[in-house]
Amino acid sequence: MGAIYILWLRELKRYVRSRVQVVASLAQPCLYLFAFGFGFGAVFRQAGRGSYLQFMAPGVVAMTVLFSAVFSGIAMLWDRQFGFLKETLVAPVSRLQIMIGRTLGGATVAIIQGTIVLCVCLLAGFRPQSWLALPGAFLFLFLIALVFAALGTALGSAIKDMQGFQIVMNFLVMPIYFLSGALFPLDNQKIGMRIANQIDPLSYGVDGLRGMLTNVWHFTPSTNLMVLTVVAGAFLLLGAYLFSKIEV
Amino acid sequence: MISVRNLVRRFGDFTAVKEISFDVAQGEIFAFLGPNGAGKSTTIKMLTTLLRPTSGAIQLDGMDPNVHQKEARQRFGIVFQDPSLDQEQTAWENMELHGVLYHVPRKVRATRIVFLLKTFELWDRKDSLVKTFSGGMKRRLEIARGLLHTPKILFLDEPTLGLDPQSRNQLWTHVKALNETEKTTVFLTTHYMDEAEKVAHRIAIMDHGAIVAQGTAAELKQQTSTDSLEAAFLALTGSSLRNESADAKAGLRQMAQMWRR
Repeated sequence: MGAIYILWLRELKRYVRSRVQVVASLAQPCLYLFAFGFGFGAVFRQAGRGSYLQFMAPGVVAMTVLFSAVFSGIAMLWDRQFGFLKETLVAPVSRLQIMIGRTLGGATVAIIQGTIVLCVCLLAGFRPQSWLALPGAFLFLFLIALVFAALGTALGSAIKDMQGFQIVMNFLVMPIYFLSGALFPLDNQKIGMRIANQIDPLSYGVDGLRGMLTNVWHFTPSTNLMVLTVVAGAFLLLGAYLFSKIEV
Repeated sequence: MISVRNLVRRFGDFTAVKEISFDVAQGEIFAFLGPNGAGKSTTIKMLTTLLRPTSGAIQLDGMDPNVHQKEARQRFGIVFQDPSLDQEQTAWENMELHGVLYHVPRKVRATRIVFLLKTFELWDRKDSLVKTFSGGMKRRLEIARGLLHTPKILFLDEPTLGLDPQSRNQLWTHVKALNETEKTTVFLTTHYMDEAEKVAHRIAIMDHGAIVAQGTAAELKQQTSTDSLEAAFLALTGSSLRNESADAKAGLRQMAQMWRR
């Protein structure tokens, strides 16, 4: 337990200490929120779908959590480069504990980032259907963070250089974001798009978050919960497996 | 304390360590000398559970590190060839983290961290981030950290690489002092003959994966009828340069590792 705690704490300390990174990582969601939120607002309203800001704010929150969680896992590349990873790998604790500590730390940081962006959304004019819906929303926030922090750990264990990192960002993380319905409604889509939506685990996270906050659902709440839980379990197993295979 | 019998490690067709055997007694300082690519680091990796031997037996404090991995890890401290500190945390936090990972009880942990940071003259900087430290300070911190859980054996893989003479001198003074007060067995590898001669009780010279000679510095000199350890070393390992062949070997090793996946 001590090992999990101290590694979790380390992730938090790193987050709090890198103020530049905090600001930089908040800038992107804010840009999406303001540029798209206000940019597409008029078209969206004309199409009779109400406020676009109201629609996309949960998507931007989910995006923040996604990026932050995956990124924290991939930050293992730095630990590998600076050698710190080795220090943890020769310690007399199981790799599983190390992996869990790191992943929970990454997930916690992602939740904090998501919460900050949610506050920015509120400032920008976003309003949840009811303040009582917040705990439910945070449940989904937590699940999204866990799913993608575990994925990040798996990726961080598998890739070894910065080129790999670029490939992951461009060919995995961005598609996960764009195909999740964070930016557009999922109903009335062509079959190809529908399949992509349904494969993308973030779709269920975005839908759960949006459903809780604005009471607009595409899937059902229980489907969302179930898919996210199963995927989180699968990614955790995958992450644990790949992490146990790291050679120093 | 350390006992190695017929240890072999192959990477594909290449044999990095060939049937080496040696013993290190409790409280002894034992040095591994050898040119680049001689197999020193591979040996240390096998002793410290980072690499599985192809064949042969290892005993650390009476147990096989590959069978009782956690127990063995609890019993040794290691300072790697390249740094392994968390640059974004302070000296104190690095020590604290290590203490938790090695199950050092809270109270012992605090007093031991204070003691070690003072011993290694890092106390004034305990709350500075490690990234602001000089090379010598980082090295000292790593050794202090390696000693935190009072290991029975301390492995030092070229600990003085890239340090200035002052830092090197100071570092060995500390290591020797700890060896005397805490009876820690020290296993080290180095390129510097003078260090080995000054610090180590016994020396093994390794070349092309095999131990070519072992004994005290005096014995090695006598064996080769030379008057300095450096001359003895050159007499045993030849004076041809190893850098190129070492690089080729390292490349080969990497290839072998890559294709096995």
